[in-house]
Amino acid sequence: MPFMKFVKSLALPSEMLPPIIEEESHFDPETEHSAAKLGMWLFLATELLLFGGLFAAYAIFRAKYPEMFLEGSASLDVVLGTVNTVILIFSSYTVAIAVSAIQENRIRLVKWMLWITIICAAIFAVNKYFEYSYKISNGITPGTDIFYSIYYAATGVHMLHVFIGMAVLGVLLKKVNEGRYHKGNFTAIEIGGLYWHLVDLIWIYLFPLLYLA
Amino acid sequence: MSQSHSFDKSYLEDGTGFKSWFFTHDHKRLGVMYLWAIGIFFILAAIASFLIRFEHLTPGQTIVDAQTYNVLFTLHGAVMVFLFIVPGVAASFGNFLIPLMIGARDVIFPKLNLYSFWVYCAGAIIFLIALAAPADTGWTFYTPYSIDTGANVILVTFGVFVLGFSSILTGINFIVSIHKLRAPGLTWDRLPLFCWAAYATSLLQVLATPVVGITLLLLIGERYFGLGFFDPAKGGDPVLFQHFFWFYSHPAVYIMILPAMGIISEVIPVFSRKPIFGYKAIAYSSLAIALISFLVWGHHMFVSGQSKLINIIFSVITFAVAVPTAIKVFNWLWTMYKGSIELSAAMLYSLAFIFLFTIGGLTGLFLGALAADVHLHDTYFVVAHMHYVMIGGTVFGLFSAIHFWYPKMWGKMFDEFKAKIAFVLIFIGFNIVFFPQFILGTLGMPRRYFNYSPEFATLHQISTYGTWILGIGFIIMLYALLRPISNKAEANPYKSASLEWAMPSPPPTLNFEKIPTLTASTYDYGTKLEQEA
Amino acid sequence: MVNSNTYKQYFNIWLLLMFLTVITVGAAQFDFGSLNIPIAMLIASIKAGVVALHFMHLKYEDGMTWIFATYPIFLLFLLIAFSATDIFTRVVN
Ligand code: HEM
Ligand SMILES: [Cu+2]
Repeated sequence: MPFMKFVKSLALPSEMLPPIIEEESHFDPETEHSAAKLGMWLFLATELLLFGGLFAAYAIFRAKYPEMFLEGSASLDVVLGTVNTVILIFSSYTVAIAVSAIQENRIRLVKWMLWITIICAAIFAVNKYFEYSYKISNGITPGTDIFYSIYYAATGVHMLHVFIGMAVLGVLLKKVNEGRYHKGNFTAIEIGGLYWHLVDLIWIYLFPLLYLA
Repeated sequence: MSQSHSFDKSYLEDGTGFKSWFFTHDHKRLGVMYLWAIGIFFILAAIASFLIRFEHLTPGQTIVDAQTYNVLFTLHGAVMVFLFIVPGVAASFGNFLIPLMIGARDVIFPKLNLYSFWVYCAGAIIFLIALAAPADTGWTFYTPYSIDTGANVILVTFGVFVLGFSSILTGINFIVSIHKLRAPGLTWDRLPLFCWAAYATSLLQVLATPVVGITLLLLIGERYFGLGFFDPAKGGDPVLFQHFFWFYSHPAVYIMILPAMGIISEVIPVFSRKPIFGYKAIAYSSLAIALISFLVWGHHMFVSGQSKLINIIFSVITFAVAVPTAIKVFNWLWTMYKGSIELSAAMLYSLAFIFLFTIGGLTGLFLGALAADVHLHDTYFVVAHMHYVMIGGTVFGLFSAIHFWYPKMWGKMFDEFKAKIAFVLIFIGFNIVFFPQFILGTLGMPRRYFNYSPEFATLHQISTYGTWILGIGFIIMLYALLRPISNKAEANPYKSASLEWAMPSPPPTLNFEKIPTLTASTYDYGTKLEQEA
Repeated sequence: MVNSNTYKQYFNIWLLLMFLTVITVGAAQFDFGSLNIPIAMLIASIKAGVVALHFMHLKYEDGMTWIFATYPIFLLFLLIAFSATDIFTRVVN
């Protein structure tokens, strides 16, 4: 018992000990679950601040060059932007269902919802692809002016998150198919879901800022 | 949790070979590997700095040309900052100590911890590759030069971006561990002060790093895709880069120093045989630093063309951030007051920390004072200031930790006498290198300059001679540490009351066979002990 | 936490979000002058709040999670406020 040795080596009067009473480990599933969620929220905080640089740049340059932003945003396709908004919000809805369904062992529902979410993400990406290629074929590049710098940087970094989200959801789906997740083990889906909601949250701001300014 | 780890074997004996280390989940092994990694990069960057100093032995060219000089100080600064001091004490001793101190078997996400280490390695490798075509921008990568220079900026900045990830993941791990894994009875007001410091550091890592991440990403975008944020030719604003950069990098100086402060708070009471004075003040001042440090970044930009109004605002707030720091210093001094002080090597480094860090901190106030900084900005005064803080502070704190936890980490004892000789040389050498630079700076010697006018020669030469003493000190220290005099360490050779000393030295892989329950603070020893003995 | 009501609730939340999206686009058709951006941000924030509270279950989380979820917003505000103060009070000569 190393601790007893330690206590003796200190030779403290007993009421001054940092005393230790034996107890079970508390690295238990409940701790792990709540810890994973807390950790994920911290990670979302960093993601928010990652986009923070772009939002800050937007705020400053928008105030500095209001006409440029009005013109630029008028040139973006509102319909496509709205469609993408609807798609992302819907995918947020489906992922939320998946997170709840796994807690009731409704595995088939989970699979469906994850599939739909991934497909929504893919449609979002395809739309974006058309949007980018249309712009670039018209000679509008990230270097055209500050508005397009922000447009490309913000939607580009967001797009990167969409792809990462798709990969995460894909891995989750694969593991659901393998029967790895169920009522007693759903933390990963909950965490992955949180990540996907963040992708939606960011877009909720980017959409009016870029397309409707 | 794997049951295959025996509690009779120490973590060092629990498996050998490359795989048992590089794929380990054990926070102690990860801590040790971080320590080796930052040690190697410290030596690398120190060699670069000795070359810089050697170049300054005479005015004009001494050993390298001007472009090489630019590369050298960039290399020195970037490696020291991003590969050595930012991961630094937190990743090495934070990993090693936090679970032991809070009575846990590991950090909360052990696998993630391993991934953070791999990400660190990846960032380091990118850095090393970048050495083939090194950058010349200084570690700050200021625009517009960093957009225009022909040197290779993209690879280094990408390396920094990757390292940032490692920093963030480690920070998340520590925060959640301290929230969720404290042993029963280890309430917040009993938490060891090192953990408080690591907690505050982790907050900064998590909340500040992403901003520099996006900034460097945008810088890469400027060079690669022609983005215009920081490019005045496109209507962008180069000073905005500085805002974003220092939004991270000022908090980052506290990422560098806070863990070292935590170490001092652990070492001082043990070798003064007194309970820490002002526990709560020290704990909360760490949090206060973490909060206020986000408000002062503009003091790095007083002569950047920043507006007068914001200059004044930043200057005023800067003085506020000195308060929690000063609180710590006074509490350490008060802890020692009337204690029975034992001048071990670890204690000597801690004492030197208080002395040198105070000089560094006070000269920081000179620089935070708007009027003074207009004269001192970008002179050697700044170089001296930051090295008093970063070497006198962080590096001395790290050395203190290396000596103090040496028995716990390695299960061996080093030769105190040799270590003390090394300390004396390092202390003297350090002051000879950097004190003259305060004078050089006030006389107007600019930093990052290859050449200088002859009237500065004497002070420059003194400074260069100092590096030789410093270098010899480092070598003796390494020698003392690498050649232990005994292969057996007691569980608690320094009679500390902190939890990590309750285990054998070195501890078993899973630390605690049974998770302990605490009923008192770990600082409740000291004077009473001596009185009753 | 999950009961038969959960899915219905999600559906209602989704309807609400769709409704707010319509408002977002609708509001943009009118010119409120300098209030354009604040109004758009207000609506976006309501949407974001709804997603965070209901889809991300923030309403079930403890105080610590709330702090970590909201503190970065404060920091972002700080970043914008201080850099904007510089840029818009700068005198270039
Ligand atoms: C080992 C002893 C060290 C010596 C002798 C040394 C010396 C120097 C010298 C001569 C310079 C160039 C000054 C100039 O011309 O502007 C410099 C810059 C710098 N040093 Fe050190 N240094 C040492 C350790 C450190 C440590 C531990 C750090 C920790 C982070 C550090 C961080 C920096 C930084 C950030 C710069 C600025 C680089 C730049 O201008 O881009 N140094 N140092
Ligand atoms: Cu600063």
